[in-house]
Amino acid sequence: MKARIHVTLKNGVLDPQGKAIEHALGNMGFDGVEAARQGKYIELDLKSTDRAAAEKEVDEMCRKLLANTVIENYSIELE
Amino acid sequence: MKSAVIVFPGSNCDRDMAVALEKITGQKPIMVWHQEYDFDKVDFIALPGGFSYGDYLRCGAMSARSHIMKEVIKRAEAGVPTFGVCNGFQILTETGLLPGALMRNAGLHFVCKDVKMTVENADTMFTNAYAAGEEITIPVAHHDGNYFADTDTLDRMEGEGQVAFRYAEDINGAQRRIAGITNAKGNVLGMMPHPERMIEPALGGSDGRKLFESVMNRLG
Repeated sequence: MKARIHVTLKNGVLDPQGKAIEHALGNMGFDGVEAARQGKYIELDLKSTDRAAAEKEVDEMCRKLLANTVIENYSIELE
Repeated sequence: MKSAVIVFPGSNCDRDMAVALEKITGQKPIMVWHQEYDFDKVDFIALPGGFSYGDYLRCGAMSARSHIMKEVIKRAEAGVPTFGVCNGFQILTETGLLPGALMRNAGLHFVCKDVKMTVENADTMFTNAYAAGEEITIPVAHHDGNYFADTDTLDRMEGEGQVAFRYAEDINGAQRRIAGITNAKGNVLGMMPHPERMIEPALGGSDGRKLFESVMNRLG
């Protein structure tokens, strides 16, 4: 089973790298970008075939290491 | 005063810290590798600056989960004075021993210079040799020193005197110009500036010296 995890900064947390991307796109002539936020994408190959157990385990991984919940949100997709 | 410096792969201020501790306390600290599980009983634990684990995932994230940190957390929670500088501060927030997080500098640049800051609370075990409101100059060298915590946490910390040091001017976007904080109990201090690099005139100043002297005063 594969877990695909997105880690993003919480709303209200300043994202200077996202801001820089937004400005760069604007400078390149892409006028249609209202805002950019940068995050992380993590892919895990899991041994587990039990979806519920995997979900619980990956959630724990996110809370304990993959995301810093002081500043970040995460979302998990299993397939 | 017996002290320990915890060394991670990628620490690069561990020797500066060891030199400062030896010169000021008169005792050579023990150097403890991150893969250890235990170390001698000490009066003071220092987490040095650097780029442990190459700053992978988030600064300090990997180190905070290393073997030795389980022991450091246990001792810090039991009241042993624990001091993190720069990457050490990042590690302390990642363990949860200190509130908040350290994010990429708002200006995106690595900031490396001497900065002025004020001693906000001179009653802590790390700052009692300073005067309240004293302005001191200490070098910073970091890319991720932009301190963040939510407003409630910031208000609570300010109210309880947990803000130990504040930059005189904004250098990295840190909320309320926070340069260093303690935990609620006051035995854990994390700060981005490097007092261990300012302990004698030959280094450009000795404003960092009093921090170590404060701990010695308190420990007697």
